Amino acid sequence: MVSVLTKIFGIGNLETAEDVVQQAFIDAIRVWRLKGIPNNPSAWLFSVAKNKAIDIIRKNKFSVQYDFSEDSRILLTSEYTLATTMENLWKEELMKDDLLRMMFACCHPEISEENQITLILKTLCGFSTSEIAKSFLTSEETISKRLLRTKDFFRNKKIKLEIPSVEELKSRTHAVLGAIYLLFNEGYNSSQAEHLIRRDLIEEAKLLCKLLTENQYTQLPEVYALMALMCFHTARSDSRLTTDGEIILLPKQDRSKWNKQLIVEGNDYLNKASFGRAVTAYHVEAAIAFEHCKANTFEDTNWELILDYYQWVCVFYPSPITELNKIVAVMQVHGAEAALEEIAKITNKKKLESYYLYFSILGEIHLRINRKPEAKQYFLKALDLTQSKAERKMLMDTILMI
Amino acid sequence: MEKFMLLFRGGVNHAHNAKDSQAAIDNMQAWRTWMESMAQKGILVGAEPLKPLGKQVTGKSKKVTDGPFIEAKEMVGGYVTVSAKDINEAVEISKGCPIFDEDGKVEVRPIQSMEM
Repeated sequence: MVSVLTKIFGIGNLETAEDVVQQAFIDAIRVWRLKGIPNNPSAWLFSVAKNKAIDIIRKNKFSVQYDFSEDSRILLTSEYTLATTMENLWKEELMKDDLLRMMFACCHPEISEENQITLILKTLCGFSTSEIAKSFLTSEETISKRLLRTKDFFRNKKIKLEIPSVEELKSRTHAVLGAIYLLFNEGYNSSQAEHLIRRDLIEEAKLLCKLLTENQYTQLPEVYALMALMCFHTARSDSRLTTDGEIILLPKQDRSKWNKQLIVEGNDYLNKASFGRAVTAYHVEAAIAFEHCKANTFEDTNWELILDYYQWVCVFYPSPITELNKIVAVMQVHGAEAALEEIAKITNKKKLESYYLYFSILGEIHLRINRKPEAKQYFLKALDLTQSKAERKMLMDTILMI
Repeated sequence: MEKFMLLFRGGVNHAHNAKDSQAAIDNMQAWRTWMESMAQKGILVGAEPLKPLGKQVTGKSKKVTDGPFIEAKEMVGGYVTVSAKDINEAVEISKGCPIFDEDGKVEVRPIQSMEM
């Protein structure tokens, strides 16, 4: 909804678009509580949003804040054409393109990569500021500032909503994919206390990526690779939690619960990803996820190959999280002591130290080399850094067993 | 580029006579198509339809009377403002107006720039 409304008001008025959406939801809560949920809730919301948009246009036709001078937008300023033009703008097939355009506007090259992703999560995926803060390992205040700055940028530079030219497409798609992957990760391992897996976010991420695979301009190899990666990960989601919502770690997961169809689907996407010469981090991570999916038991997993892949990722696309993943692979192949040496080599630990997995891995390593007091300390630190109930339960159980 | 106002008079189905018949719907569609084509060319500046009612205020005494003011076929039913090179181009633009299919007429008037 935000992307259609942004098309209507111009990206400089992103806030107006967000307000309309929020108002529509407030109306919905009020009316639905009295009258019950309508048969077609989204159509109901759309029509409320349309009417609100029409009101705003009528009031602000001549305001300098809104620029209606562009060809199709001028039709919104005349009562001859306002209602029908508004109606046409909300057609489903157009809305898909609006979403794509909005994704690319958010990923404008003059906006820093972090700010791009922040804005996508906020406007396209409906993330709250605190959820974004967790994904970035930073504070809510920082995120609010980023959002403000980006909105100012749109307003001052009068950015248009469009799909970029062929030359720009590749670099700009990269930022879009980064945001989609982050969104997916938040769904796959949520920061919210109650739910570890948030299927709504996972589906949202897959939907956005699927849109990119369907548009002839954006169906790049790395788009397919990310799609494959997400399929492989989601294939395993049913086996990751017990019916009570407790975490089951990879070695103990019931592999018969893995979704075969998603693995096949992922494999199809991975095949499509292999045209062209591009090998991106998504390609390699998809290959790693596929190795896991392929192994019939935990013991059958080809950890040597997985370690090779991670080493490759760490060289070409270094990030604290991939470092950690590599260390897990090192532990499987060369043992806990080697993993400890490896972890000592990481130079920039500042980011990692606000991340619970870092301490949880340190705990696991120390446990394996039988240094129990240290292990316990690390697990306690990890416990401090996560709000997720399931993660806390798992860490508590581990600590109690030491 | 100059600005011109096209005033629409009369027209069987235009705004003030529009009923919920197929003819009226087709008519609305025709107007919309015309407006859209002007918008695409970037010459449409503004437009509004008018209701077939209103008040008239006249004279020093500012006497108020109810409309309609004149015969329906003479009544102004709406306007469009366009930009055009000159009056001839504005006239050409006005020829695309669907009002001619419904027995109405268009008055093309240049907008005066007031010098201080």
